[in-house]
Order: sequence, then C-alpha cells, then structure tokens
Amino acid sequence: MIVTTTKGDMDDSQLEKREGTVDNDNEYTTWVEYWLDGALVHRSAHVTLKKMPVFGGGETASF
Amino acid sequence: MANTQSMATSFLGELMLGQHQLGTSTIVSRGSLTSPTTDTVKAALYLASATVNASTTAYSATGEVSGTGYTAGGVTVTNATAPTSTNSSSTAGVGYWTPSASITYTTVTLSTAFDCVLIYNSTQSNKAISVHTFGSQTITAGTFTLTMPSNTTTTALLRLATT
Repeated sequence: MIVTTTKGDMDDSQLEKREGTVDNDNEYTTWVEYWLDGALVHRSAHVTLKKMPVFGGGETASF
Repeated sequence: MANTQSMATSFLGELMLGQHQLGTSTIVSRGSLTSPTTDTVKAALYLASATVNASTTAYSATGEVSGTGYTAGGVTVTNATAPTSTNSSSTAGVGYWTPSASITYTTVTLSTAFDCVLIYNSTQSNKAISVHTFGSQTITAGTFTLTMPSNTTTTALLRLATT
C-alpha cells in the first residue's frame, strides 16, 4: 500500500507502522502512524464523537 | 382532549431553518423567500491552547490551526439533510441536524496539538453554531476525519430540546 509521507509517497513495506485507539465517554478515535528511521513521516486520525452538546430546556411561561 | 402548555417542537427545527424572525435581524439574503438557498456551513480546527466555547460568537483565525494543506477557515461541511424535529411527548421534543458526511481534512500537516472543531455559518458573517472537543491530535502528512453521529433525536450533532 502506498502511504503519503513527509518524504513523498512510499510503500508501507518500507515503514514501521504503529496504530492506536482512544475509547472513552466522549469519543472513539483511531490513529495510525508510519515511522522511517526513527522519524514520524505520517500520522492520520479519525475521531467519532459520542457525546454531543444538547441545547435544551426551552420553556414556555404560564399566564 | 386537553391542551398542554409547551413550546412547539416544530419551532426548534424551524429555528435552524431560519423560518422565524421575531425581531429585526441582519442576514445575508438567501436570494428568494420562496426558493431560498442553503447557507454554507464550515468547520475550523482550533489549537488545544485556544479558547473556543459557548461565548464564541463567530469564526476567528485566532487560535486556529495552521499547517501544510490546511486553509484558514477550515472545510465546507456537507449539508444534504435539512434540520428536522420530532416530538417525544405532548410537552417535549427535539429539533436536530447532522452534517450528511464526515468532516475531512485531507493530506494536512498540523504539528501543533489541536482538540476542537468550530462549526459555523460562513454565509451569515461566519456566525458560530457549535463547538465540539476531542482528545488532542496532531497530523503528519495525513488525514484527519471527524465521523458524524447518526442523525437521530438522541445522537445528532446539533440538538435543540425541550423537556
């Protein structure tokens, strides 16, 4: 697979791949990094928010 | 039958559609009252060190991320589904809206940590709509994607509710 990096497009076989996730009440996030000779050359992240703000409490007044 | 005091749930959805004007308001013309255009909604990313919150009234470049591949102001939000509303009871309901596609920043390098996206109306003087936070991220020659939740009364990105 070709990966866009700071060194240009590279085949992922040339790179060290690291992946991770964050899963908590607020979000589910996955990230992927590619390293070359100890340097980070690509990092992408995908965030899915779980907790949306609700703008609530609208009321009508009684006469 | 009995009458029940409540705010009309349809009003909540209609607010997001700009169908009520209860005071003098300055807005950018939508071209036609009978065939109005849809405002353009955009999404800008902000540094973890920025201060963007409920007091934010409009998009500002102050504290916004910068880097290769990122254009100030962010990206246009895909908005193919109009706001709508649903009653949950005789006294309560929800008006809600969600962008119809993920918000994606493609092939960017954002080296300083960011943790916030501001959704704003770029047609109407960049007026702020909502602020959403997440864990700090950096991106290196990569893609940052915010996947949208399901557009339902309980999960939509933007919900105006009466209880």
